[in-house]
Amino acid sequence: MRRVVVTGLGPLTPIGVGAEAYHRAQLEGKSGVRPITRFDASALPVRIAAEVDVNPEDYLDKKELRRLDRFVQYALIAAELALKDAGLEPSALDPERVGTLVGTGIGGMETWEAQSKVFLERGPNRISPFFIPMMIANMASAHIAMRYGFMGPSSTAVTACATGSDAIGQAFRMVQLGEADVVLAGGTEAAITPMAIGAFAVMRALSTRNEEPTKASRPFTLSRDGFVMGEGAGVLVLEEYEHARRRGARIYAEVVGFGRSADAHHITEPHPEGKGAALAMRRALRDAQVNPEEVGYINAHGTSTPVGDRAEVLAIKKVFGEHAKRLMVSSTKSMIGHLLGAAGAVEAIATVQALYHGVIPPTINLEDPDPELDLDFVPEPREARVEYALSNSFAFGGQNAVLLFRRV
Amino acid sequence: MTEQEIFEKVKAVIADKLSVEPEKITLEARFIEDLGADSLDTVELIMGLEDEFGLEISDEDAEKIRTVKDAVAYIQSKLG
Repeated sequence: MRRVVVTGLGPLTPIGVGAEAYHRAQLEGKSGVRPITRFDASALPVRIAAEVDVNPEDYLDKKELRRLDRFVQYALIAAELALKDAGLEPSALDPERVGTLVGTGIGGMETWEAQSKVFLERGPNRISPFFIPMMIANMASAHIAMRYGFMGPSSTAVTACATGSDAIGQAFRMVQLGEADVVLAGGTEAAITPMAIGAFAVMRALSTRNEEPTKASRPFTLSRDGFVMGEGAGVLVLEEYEHARRRGARIYAEVVGFGRSADAHHITEPHPEGKGAALAMRRALRDAQVNPEEVGYINAHGTSTPVGDRAEVLAIKKVFGEHAKRLMVSSTKSMIGHLLGAAGAVEAIATVQALYHGVIPPTINLEDPDPELDLDFVPEPREARVEYALSNSFAFGGQNAVLLFRRV
Repeated sequence: MTEQEIFEKVKAVIADKLSVEPEKITLEARFIEDLGADSLDTVELIMGLEDEFGLEISDEDAEKIRTVKDAVAYIQSKLG
């Protein structure tokens, strides 16, 4: 099977735009959570989120912008960042050998809300003819393909909070199996809207620590009370190893394993013992024929919800046994919040950066560690040369996706 | 409303819906060939004109509106 490496990183996150800024912000332990500015949230029980600080007009022209939901705008920006970071000139590539696989958890939520209003107030004949093409989930990949003329396989993962990892894993297979030589893979999400915040809030899934935004995302602590909604996108350039070597590309890491599973348990709750999560981690290891003891770091799903963090720790212990205590486990979500469909992608980027730069990103806000969750959660950034690292993503519906990366 | 007044209003709708420079919007300009509209743009444009002038434009009539001039003439005939 062909080898697959990561040669370009395009993170658009609440703490940094572009590989360098994102990496630096992680090492500063920066929080991207603040009071919501996107809309008036004063009537909602949750008034904080992790918004990205980017002006889409710097990347896309005005006409384009009007016809693109924010989730597609973010994906296009992240794709551009990733191609630039990879030193890839789209015109120098064989366009038929470049694939696109950028997923989203929800799709065009903002467009949906705006057009629902038009529909209810003015009737079905006043719905915008652009409503469907703006809102549907496949449009992130489709627009990236259109923008650069990439005619390789183009697909979409829609597995809620596992989307980003799922997309990267599927893209990894595309390159492994020879369907494409280069794939732009990742996830995107733009769901900081009144309806989405309201809906996640009534599920009691979100932190209500409105008075202390930067402290609200606190995975693995005793006082964790839900996740913080984030937004943004992450796109990675996955490239066949020889293709990358021939052009003298910088190789951040190798993708070596991908494991998926279903909890087959509940619509929103994880399996209480993390059965499905453990299965996905084991499958990722087996995919690469790597022993648990060889893994040095896990970028956790770690959303900061009471049940989710607990199930993940149990799953890690189940898979790694005694070695679990020696592992470093951190949650990037402590800084950037939960980017839903983009989470797995920007966290894969953080994982790859940890391997490449030799520094583990911290779990910030670990002020009152939950005594039941007794792993090394890396409260401060830590220099460490790690051979193998996992990135975990677990979704509503119990869909789990885990990626395994190797230092090159 | 005079023809000129209608033209100015039509121009504003086109500039907004198609994101084109107002200078390009002449009476002779064709929506698809000259102003870069695609099939969905023309639907949105017709909806915009309906809103602006309080008219209902049937699909049959809409298909015949291919230039700015067509639009102005159609609206003028409807407004009487």
